[in-house]
Amino acid sequence: MKEIVIISGKGGTGKTSITASFACLGGKDVIVADCDVDAADMHLLMQPDWKKSEDFYSGVLAEIDQEKCIKCGKCADVCRWDAIPVIDNEYIVQPLDCEGCGYCALVCPADAISMDEQNVGKWFLSNVKTGTKMVHAKLGIGAENSGKLVAKVKSEAKALAEKNNKQIILVDGSPGIGCPVVSSLSGASYVVLVTEPSVAGIHDLKRVYELVKKFGIKAGCIINKADINLEKTKDIHAFLKTENIDLISEIPYDENFTKAMTQGKTIVEFDNGKIKQILEDSWKKIKYL
Amino acid sequence: MKIAIASGKGGTGKTTVSTNLTSLLSEKSAVVLTDLDVEEPNSGLFISGEKICEVDKYKMIPEWEKDECILCGNCQKVCNFNAVMKLSKIIMVFPELCHGCYACSELCPTNSLPMKPKKMGELKHFKSGNLDFIESKLIIGEEQAVPLIKQTLDYVDENFPDKTIKIFDAPPGTSCPVIEATKDADLILLVTEPTPFGLHDLKLAVETMKALKKDIGVIINRFGIGDANVEEYCEENNIPIIAKIPNMRKIAEIYSNGELLYHKIPEVKAQLENIITFISEYQQENTL
Repeated sequence: MKEIVIISGKGGTGKTSITASFACLGGKDVIVADCDVDAADMHLLMQPDWKKSEDFYSGVLAEIDQEKCIKCGKCADVCRWDAIPVIDNEYIVQPLDCEGCGYCALVCPADAISMDEQNVGKWFLSNVKTGTKMVHAKLGIGAENSGKLVAKVKSEAKALAEKNNKQIILVDGSPGIGCPVVSSLSGASYVVLVTEPSVAGIHDLKRVYELVKKFGIKAGCIINKADINLEKTKDIHAFLKTENIDLISEIPYDENFTKAMTQGKTIVEFDNGKIKQILEDSWKKIKYL
Repeated sequence: MKIAIASGKGGTGKTTVSTNLTSLLSEKSAVVLTDLDVEEPNSGLFISGEKICEVDKYKMIPEWEKDECILCGNCQKVCNFNAVMKLSKIIMVFPELCHGCYACSELCPTNSLPMKPKKMGELKHFKSGNLDFIESKLIIGEEQAVPLIKQTLDYVDENFPDKTIKIFDAPPGTSCPVIEATKDADLILLVTEPTPFGLHDLKLAVETMKALKKDIGVIINRFGIGDANVEEYCEENNIPIIAKIPNMRKIAEIYSNGELLYHKIPEVKAQLENIITFISEYQQENTL
């Protein structure tokens, strides 16, 4: 089984549009996993039926029982996040500041602090329009532990692939280099880096690739909007060569990506010309790697 | 006054708005731009200046000293993040899992886990005329952006008076780094694009900012592409649309070279001036 993870470092390079196109081209052969859990967009193109939904619990937050509290202030003293201010003469935990370490509960002499498990989001298992299944999720507002939710989505997708004897899992990752990205890279067989020829695109590509290297995963690159800046596209070529990253394809700037999206379609369902051809060729390369 | 430029979706133009807005503001008054997207900071690619400060930023993590350790295992028991593990004869610390709460260290009966600094990133401060620019960059492999964002905000608070306009270029998404980057801001400007992805993620960002009880305004970037649903949503929910930056291939080309836009594209300058008007009205109404 192959797990192909699509990431970009920088947001807005076309990661999700391209992943959804591959999902269409892969059809029944692939299981789709949307791991961009704090801004999941893939479902807008995949028409999921939201068949199964489950709450996801992870991490804990402190809560003080005011009846038991003796107002000694030990909890506030040990809290590194200043999450327990005194409001109207009561020690009150600020949920957005609490890190969930539980140190306060350990030192409370009155046993007034409980650490309650948090519902940080939901994950879904859906049938999608391409005749296969997709695992996706929605992180709660401002929730922590997005990395753990990513890990959950991936493990559910893997179990599905095994059960249904599918050979490919297609994973849409999130921007950045932090915990959700680290989590989506773990266990990946191949990474597709989607970039654009801009100073920001290249800067972020280099940083995210350094992270990929730490995992020792083989990578390929798609340069989107390649004709926006031919000089920068050349710079990307040079970088790929030095790092021995496969150049999978170059896609020209095309507003049909957006037009397709407004109709809830991927570009390969919308465009019958050059872009579709490029993506079909790209998918073949990735599939047979 | 603190203004955070945020968005649910990545790549909608946060950095474009932050850098161009700051630069234009600095033509008239002092302004501070802080790049809080510490995972992938890009503002520095568009802003130049003289470097006046560079500091390494550290987080505190425990380090095992075996001499006095009685292997009681209390450290493992008190850690909520599985960052400390007691094996038969050693204590292992996993720095990337540690949140730096000090529980294992301070509750150790033999003081065998003293907290030691570990570098997590770098902060740089540049100055050019009226404009101060601060950026922090997370070391690759560090998973937690929040501690570095927090220390960067502390640096800004220590070095500039409250009155000064401070612009924060926030990370994308709606999870903990975004909360950290926006929770102290007076006003949040959400940059979106008029597409289904833009609208979907804008809604998430609006919900997040409502939960934080923040005042918000929306900036539509690439206006003219896509559909009218973002505008309709904002109208229905009484969210002010304060600027509409047009969709132009020329903008993408100038941006790709790391250049600011408003000198070259008058339509962009006009929209930035709308944002500045909105900010100064907000400032007066709220006496900031």
